[in-house]
Amino acid sequence: MIAIIDYGAGNITSVRNSLRRLNVEVLLTHKKEELLQADKIIFPGVGEAGYAMKQLIDKDLVDFIPQLKVPVLGVCLGMQLLCRHTEEGDVSCLNVFETNVKAFPKLNIGDKIPHMGWNNHTAVNGSLFEGIGCDEDFYFVHGYYAELNLQTVATSDYIVPFASALRKNNFYATQFHPEKSADPGERLIKNFLKL
Amino acid sequence: MLKKRIIPCLDIKDGQTVKGVQFEGLRFAGDPIELAKKYVLQGADELVFLDITATIEKRATLVELVKRIAAEINIPFTVGGGIATVEDAAACIAAGADKVAINSAAVRRPELISDIASRFGSQCVVLAMDVKPFDGEWKVVIQSGKEPTEWSAVNWAKEVEKLGAGEILLTSMLGDGSKKGFSLAFTEVIASAVSIPVIASGGAGSANDFYELFSQTQASAGLAASLFHFDELSIPDLKNDLKNKNIAIR
Repeated sequence: MIAIIDYGAGNITSVRNSLRRLNVEVLLTHKKEELLQADKIIFPGVGEAGYAMKQLIDKDLVDFIPQLKVPVLGVCLGMQLLCRHTEEGDVSCLNVFETNVKAFPKLNIGDKIPHMGWNNHTAVNGSLFEGIGCDEDFYFVHGYYAELNLQTVATSDYIVPFASALRKNNFYATQFHPEKSADPGERLIKNFLKL
Repeated sequence: MLKKRIIPCLDIKDGQTVKGVQFEGLRFAGDPIELAKKYVLQGADELVFLDITATIEKRATLVELVKRIAAEINIPFTVGGGIATVEDAAACIAAGADKVAINSAAVRRPELISDIASRFGSQCVVLAMDVKPFDGEWKVVIQSGKEPTEWSAVNWAKEVEKLGAGEILLTSMLGDGSKKGFSLAFTEVIASAVSIPVIASGGAGSANDFYELFSQTQASAGLAASLFHFDELSIPDLKNDLKNKNIAIR
């Protein structure tokens, strides 16, 4: 069974729809006993980091999520919340990935923030990107980015190079939205389901 | 590298895709879901759905349509047309829209922008502005272009950015449906005045119009409707043409 952590994030409907298109039914839940039954867990996220962390605190999930043993896929804000700290709302996060989340700097006239649209990646390694070429674009929309670290499995470039995918043990995460990234996104979700 | 986006726009009336010239004289262009699926297969980067007859009674119908679109397509899409409250926006987002476009209601009540942005994030808020030149000055018009406002286009663009809009959908009413090209100089004035992405709309008539848009302005995306609906220009042909001219395209 695939579960989506339901903590009021904005893209839950999109993530569920993307799995339904693959004929996979999912359970939306924030109950620990149900999450512990899942074979795989998706941790989505769209919205403001401070508000989202507060939802996780209210649902008593802050200590629980980092201890999950099954494959977990963080998406967008879900990925950022798995990092150590974010400048958005200046909050401490779940501390799975040893990196920090920063606001995009405006280095040049003409730099647009948020980073919104389709961008390519250099997948360094990882089963998540099997069969997906670096010239294939994913859809991004974010104003903050995770700094590169040793857990970075794909990088992208917008104003600065940043981590577009991270992995540590059973924790996987993408800054882009696979659920909105047409065919490459669908392939990535399938790869996650196969883990 | 971030790519320039090609965005087909579907104007919806009573559940059907329609297209007019300068918002008048509507032609039917088919079932929105079928059209949307076709555009996704052809490589559209995003879609915009504008309900041009949105009234309170029709709102429920629009939400149902949004649910069907969200179930079928796997690229981002924006829904607009008559969104006047946070609740309107919430209904569309809950149904699966990635972004909502607000227009007249934001001019009447600018705090609507910050209200939606603070609840759902700036990335959800597309500020649609329709503009027309009056004695050489580009001004914002509302109510499908029928009602002039006091806002100059540049000041309104800066204001909506401050209020938390994540993107501006800029429609030149001079160009809308004319197929004479985007209003390039004006688009650049707006795109260089703000730090958020600008989608240029109104006037696209050929692949070269998009080339001029992306090579002469900082617009992040180009939007067109009838050009695509009536197969005058296909998205794959347009994208190949732009790629051949070294524009960053998916």
